[in-house]
Amino acid sequence: MGELRVAGSKGKEWLNSLLTNNLERLGPGGGQYTLLLNENGGVIDDLIVYCRGTDDYFLVVNAAKIEEDFAWMQSHRESSIELSNLSPEHAALAVQGPKSVELLGQFGDLPARNQIREFHLLGVRSLCARTGYTGEDGFELFYPASDAAAVWTQLLELGAPLGVLPCGLGARDTLRLEACYPLNGSDLSPGRTPLEAGLGSFVDLTKLEFIGRGALVAQKTAGLKQRLVAIKAQPKSPPLRAHQGVFSDARALGELTSGALSPTLGIGIGLGYVDVDYSVPGKKVEIEIRGKRFAATVEKKPLYKRQC
Amino acid sequence: MLVPDDLRYAETHEWIRPESGTGTVGITDHAQAELTDVVYVELPQVGAVLEAHQAVAVVESVKAASDIYSPVGGEVLAVNSELESNPALVNTDPYGAGWLFKLKLSDPAEISSLKTAADYRSQIGG
Repeated sequence: MGELRVAGSKGKEWLNSLLTNNLERLGPGGGQYTLLLNENGGVIDDLIVYCRGTDDYFLVVNAAKIEEDFAWMQSHRESSIELSNLSPEHAALAVQGPKSVELLGQFGDLPARNQIREFHLLGVRSLCARTGYTGEDGFELFYPASDAAAVWTQLLELGAPLGVLPCGLGARDTLRLEACYPLNGSDLSPGRTPLEAGLGSFVDLTKLEFIGRGALVAQKTAGLKQRLVAIKAQPKSPPLRAHQGVFSDARALGELTSGALSPTLGIGIGLGYVDVDYSVPGKKVEIEIRGKRFAATVEKKPLYKRQC
Repeated sequence: MLVPDDLRYAETHEWIRPESGTGTVGITDHAQAELTDVVYVELPQVGAVLEAHQAVAVVESVKAASDIYSPVGGEVLAVNSELESNPALVNTDPYGAGWLFKLKLSDPAEISSLKTAADYRSQIGG
């Protein structure tokens, strides 16, 4: 992940003119999922913005987009705004899953869902946010990069009795896909708007202005042509993967932007953009894999949610 | 990694067990370990006539789909249909129950162009 800081007078107004969600709804200590769009309403990045105080914001962006996000924001910066890229000095570590409360709770009071707070972790000053991209309860920790390895190692040791395991990006990808969280660079791109991606609840069109708003309003008025849907394969079919075509008989409906074998469901799952008339749960479609068609269905999102 | 001495090997990590004009083909222990959990296997049609080094099957793991090449030329006599319901046999028993297909060899002499177990061991650094 990358970390940016925005501070200075009118910081909130300025960020509100760049991001789709509404910072007026975010109090100190709160976090909000939001999007940074280009003029066409296409997605530059999806991120979480945390309010640290009056006109003081901490932004957690995709690691692959740090430079692009920073350059975009810098090019739109107003004179009263301080924009800094904290990524080189910050480590980000996600501790996710139902037992994460038990593991981290021994170090101090934990934030509530979507909140962030200062946190002393194994002698390291950190920020702890109750956010994540796994569809499970969990935390994201931000602390000095020089302590990155030591904290990782100690948490693995301390968490061993709870069954804590290291988790790489591939494993994380299956979790976010089961939860139907879109991944930037795959499901989100500069050519797709958050409305097509089903992220309308993170876009506040009642805000008078933000970059991309005009394009979104126009798209909403004209009606969407395609939507990002969740897709489930039949048992024993090959795993779904990005770029496989979605069909109904001879008609090409769109293509998958993500796919994996769901470890929890034991079945192929994916996300893909299809024509709106097929973007309804229950629709039967076919996925083309190496020239052959395999039956699949459009499903309600999320594809999996743990029963509490 | 297991590399049985009685088999011959292709550089692309397939093994073949020659038996009086036929040969049974699978992927090596090293290959299955690199692929990780195999979740789908696409096999050739019985009766298909293959050339040596032709892509004939696909083994998919959770990570990626990988082409499997026929080590030698021949006609497909049988395929391991057990893998449709249990593709993980490729992981658990790559030289036994995880076999992929059986060939009638076009030219049994082709076998000698393949690697011996010792050659394959040195290829994979074992």
